[in-house]
Amino acid sequence: MAKLKGAVVVDVERCKGCELCIVTCPQKVLANKAAKVNSKGYHYVYMENPDDCTGCTNCAVVCPDGVLTVYRIKI
Amino acid sequence: MGELKLMKGNEAIAEAAIRAGADAYFGYPITPQSEVMEYLAAQQPHKRTGMVLLQAESEIAAINMVYGAASTGKKTMTSSSSPGISLKMEGISYLAGAELPALIVNVVRGGPGLGTIQPSQSDYFQATKGGGHGDYRLLVLAPASVQEMSDFVKLGFELAFKYRNPVMILSDGIIGQMMEKVELFDPIPRKTEINEPWALTGKSSDRKKRVVTSLDLDPYGNEKHNHELQRKYKEMEENEVRFEEIDCSDAEYLMVAYGSSARICQKAIKLARLKGIKVGLLRPITLFPFPTKQLYSYTNRIKGILSVELNTGQMIEDIRLAVNGKLPVEHFGRCGGVVHSPEEVLAAFEKIIMK
Amino acid sequence: MDLKEIIKPENLVYKRTECLTDKTLSYCPGCGHGTVHRLVMETVDELGIQSDVIGVASVGCSVLAYDFMDIDMTQSPHGRATAVATGIKRCWPDKFVFTYQGDGDLAAIGTGETIHACNRGENITIIFINNGIYGMTGGQMAPTTLLGMKSSTTPYGREVELMGNPIKITELVAQLAGTYFVSRQSVHTPGNVRKAKKAIKTAFENQKLKKGLSLVEIVSNCNSGWKMTPVESNKWMEENMFPFYPLGDIKVEGQLVQK
Repeated sequence: MAKLKGAVVVDVERCKGCELCIVTCPQKVLANKAAKVNSKGYHYVYMENPDDCTGCTNCAVVCPDGVLTVYRIKI
Repeated sequence: MGELKLMKGNEAIAEAAIRAGADAYFGYPITPQSEVMEYLAAQQPHKRTGMVLLQAESEIAAINMVYGAASTGKKTMTSSSSPGISLKMEGISYLAGAELPALIVNVVRGGPGLGTIQPSQSDYFQATKGGGHGDYRLLVLAPASVQEMSDFVKLGFELAFKYRNPVMILSDGIIGQMMEKVELFDPIPRKTEINEPWALTGKSSDRKKRVVTSLDLDPYGNEKHNHELQRKYKEMEENEVRFEEIDCSDAEYLMVAYGSSARICQKAIKLARLKGIKVGLLRPITLFPFPTKQLYSYTNRIKGILSVELNTGQMIEDIRLAVNGKLPVEHFGRCGGVVHSPEEVLAAFEKIIMK
Repeated sequence: MDLKEIIKPENLVYKRTECLTDKTLSYCPGCGHGTVHRLVMETVDELGIQSDVIGVASVGCSVLAYDFMDIDMTQSPHGRATAVATGIKRCWPDKFVFTYQGDGDLAAIGTGETIHACNRGENITIIFINNGIYGMTGGQMAPTTLLGMKSSTTPYGREVELMGNPIKITELVAQLAGTYFVSRQSVHTPGNVRKAKKAIKTAFENQKLKKGLSLVEIVSNCNSGWKMTPVESNKWMEENMFPFYPLGDIKVEGQLVQK
């Protein structure tokens, strides 16, 4: 069976660190607990476990700020 | 010569709206202006010209329908009477703030509150000083005949689009209800194309989106917008002052009156002349912009002015500002729906001005 | 596998619609407004109606909706959005006209305009965001505030004896002859977002039928007003808002949905 691999690109400056994508991700790929903040001071989201991403788009679908762009390939 | 008809002032407004190529009328019934919408309904303007006619659920809804329709660049109007105009004032402020052209007719009745259904001129302040919130002005036309009720609809639309500003026709229950001969202007076809660069027509790929709003959260931006509005009002003051002078050339005194009160004063100055009193009548046709300069020009050649209004004295403030203390200016007027007679006006003139 | 091999144009599966502007949304982190803005603009994008749509922003948090949607828009006085939309639609019957209103705007100050536009069957779409609170003015009681719910003007919770009952305006307008499609949705989970999108799309497509008004209510969060984190607010919404404001279609093709 083909396996899906995904990647999420974060528009760091737009992210407000609301964490809705983090709790939505079924693969627990995303996190924002790193010390880094964007220019507005928000802890922006990033792929902490990129290997587990399937590119399901759920994170982008719930993101209120349109921060996330999702890519997917079959391998 | 255009078509001659015997009509009520309110009917003339309605007929003129169709002939002026109006795209939409939104209204709500109120005495003494209900004939406007009744006449329109009987005419089925959607069949005559394709004009939209809708009876709204309130004056508030009606003025906001006007706001919506006006934002698309269409020729839009509403009419009401004093209490209804008060309800529309929020929407009128938004129209002025968003710089939208629209025509608003006020067939004034006595106030305050529900007041009376009888004619009055007690909405002068409301019409000429803004009326709603914020620093804005309406261009105000004051018809004194059924003929002008018709003509000013056409003129009102022209001025509204020229300045992107709401225009008010400030009439009253006398002009609205009385019947006179009127020469109707030839119909103007409705606009087929919307070329206004601000009008909402749908963002096509060849242009940027358009936004119609009165909001600017940046105080400096909002200040700039206010200055731009004031520049427009200045331009109106320079270009759009309209007035009529009757028997003024040799006058030693003036009566200043607009609308129905000017009609009464026309008779009053005739009665005065029979008694050898040289009094003329200056009738402001635009109440904003007000004929300030013209009034000032009288300061060296007459002895006094009587402001005759169907209220307790509102326009008198603008007259006093115009003559800047150089002439005695006094007020006479019945109010609350009571209409003065020419004889009453003359008697008051002799008592107050000639004393 | 290197992410660079995945992040290529041919592998793109989701990106922000271009019918949204580049401007950063003015909403609080986690606020449902952003998601609904996106769904409305995705709908405009997918239906290919950008050049034929005119939007009406209202007063409340979404007053600046016109900054974020790349379409022709106007901004209505408080509560009057459906009257403004009526004026536009009557003059442009073939354009797609919609209002975007919160619960204070639509169900308190604008109740009259809402009910009469619905009852006249104006062929417009209403997007109604219900978060049970006045967000922009600082979290005061809304007509939709639940009994017992705290707000800055019901600091001890809404009591029916003092403040009256919350209003289910969506069920109310579904009773009117002029409404053709009435639905209540949410945007807090991927599944709900997809359902909400479908409802919004239907509500826009219905304008072509000229059979009446379509209203989609989105029960949404206001984490700032509710004084919770975004994640907590969504959980609170599921537990407290949905029992009183149940999700689902209420009226479809002019017929009330039998439950």
